[in-house]
Amino acid sequence: MAQDTVDLAALIAWLDSFRGYVTENRAYLTELDSAIGDADHGINMTRGMDAVFAKIKEAQDGGTPFATIDDLFKAVGMTMVTSVGGASGPLYGTFFLRMGRTAGTAETLDAAGLGAALRAGLDGVVARGKAEAGDKTMFDAMSPALDAYDAAVAGGADPAAAAQAASAAADAGRDATTPLVARKGRASYLGERSAGHLDPGATSTALLFQALAETLAA
Amino acid sequence: MKKLINNPDDVLADALVGLAAAEPLLNVDKKNRIVYRATPKDQGKVALISGGGSGHEPMHGGLVGLGMLDAACAGAVFTSPTPDQMEEATKVVDRGAGVLHIVKNYTGDVMNFEMAAELADAAGIQVESVVTHDDVAVEDSTWTAGRRGVGLTVLLEKIVGACAETGADLATVKALADKVSASGRSMGMALTSCTVPAAGKPTFDIAEDEMEIGVGIHGEPGRHREKLAPAHEIAQMLVDPILADFDFTGAPAIVFVNGLGGTPLIELYLMYGEVAALLEKAGITIARSLVGPYMTSLEMAGTSVTVLRADDEILKFWDAPVVTPGMRWGA
Repeated sequence: MAQDTVDLAALIAWLDSFRGYVTENRAYLTELDSAIGDADHGINMTRGMDAVFAKIKEAQDGGTPFATIDDLFKAVGMTMVTSVGGASGPLYGTFFLRMGRTAGTAETLDAAGLGAALRAGLDGVVARGKAEAGDKTMFDAMSPALDAYDAAVAGGADPAAAAQAASAAADAGRDATTPLVARKGRASYLGERSAGHLDPGATSTALLFQALAETLAA
Repeated sequence: MKKLINNPDDVLADALVGLAAAEPLLNVDKKNRIVYRATPKDQGKVALISGGGSGHEPMHGGLVGLGMLDAACAGAVFTSPTPDQMEEATKVVDRGAGVLHIVKNYTGDVMNFEMAAELADAAGIQVESVVTHDDVAVEDSTWTAGRRGVGLTVLLEKIVGACAETGADLATVKALADKVSASGRSMGMALTSCTVPAAGKPTFDIAEDEMEIGVGIHGEPGRHREKLAPAHEIAQMLVDPILADFDFTGAPAIVFVNGLGGTPLIELYLMYGEVAALLEKAGITIARSLVGPYMTSLEMAGTSVTVLRADDEILKFWDAPVVTPGMRWGA
């Protein structure tokens, strides 16, 4: 039964689901990255999310579970930054750090609050990576996802329904990266040869929103 | 995949154990994956750190030592190290005169070093950065992430390392780094791909009679694929875009023919002969040369050519003593 608010347990369940998806797609993400990058995206994201869960387990087992959303996402973001490397580490790390900072001391978020946190995450990704629409990056999945999320919330959707809309838009944004010529990251070195391939970063971002939609619908 | 490894996920950790055992002049912080000098330089001298993904050995860990780097941060294979490693390395090597970060222009490396510089700054350590971007295979435009930092990085670490050893201040060291970075160009090519251990198979397929022109150092495909050609034609394909991009006449040049890991020295020397002949024909005076696998791409077969427009200051620092596992002369 979908809820009006999202609590810490649901956010951790989201991250766990995302970990499951990157693990399941480790070889696929790496294969996408072989075509236009350096063949490590699935490997790095799996290592990062495993480290995130080691951190979460340590906090829970150590008797000091996260009290606020900022506590949770600060730990998640710093773990991504320090364990992933490459460009994905700073980008996903900054995404979660900014989400946390925006959610602050809240323990639950309503649909608009979650949207504001996700939007702040996107703004962080843009500040760090300087990507724009059509550069063939994770931005191309994340930006339409958040536009769809906000539109759904404006129409009265609950978090689960808004996340569902975001996931669909992220998938469409991901698919639309195929014909693009990359203008950021290592794929840009290939010039025209980068066209015709899905962007690995947009693909993992679509998994992030798929995980959110499924977690909140459960 | 045929490699001398135990487990694909342990390659870097196991290699650092071996590096520490083999090189008494280096200390290895295995937890933070930092290689630094066993004997630090004197207080009051600027320190140099670099770092990047692993798989390029001897760069960067093998270029730590007297006259070159003070520390190197090792990332996973072909993956930038992380800001916490760089911050720790910066703290370890700082001798009170500031630290220069030598960064190759790759999106991940630049972002991680930027975050590290912010952290070091917050800790009260003066940090300057130089980002090498010498690869002429990449168009330097708003349509790309900018030119990749490749072979010139090795020459820069040698030259600027020697300058820092004299006790020059951070502004002087940084100015020399900027001068070297602006005065060199590189171009690479590959005969084969390479296999990232954790991926288990070659990054790209290439036929026996094909080559990739304009590759970087991460096993990635290049700008275009060509039919295999004789060495003198390949040399032309590498030298022409370098000379078209920058004027190397009227000054002494340092010429570097680098091996990408899978090409034997006999072929690198053969290539050097072809490259030197072409440069001399173009009116360029070669003052110094370097031939060998210094910046590799795992077992990729191929080569890159770097030409640096030098001057008396650069040549003086080039000739200064250097004692590292990967480069050693004059001491």
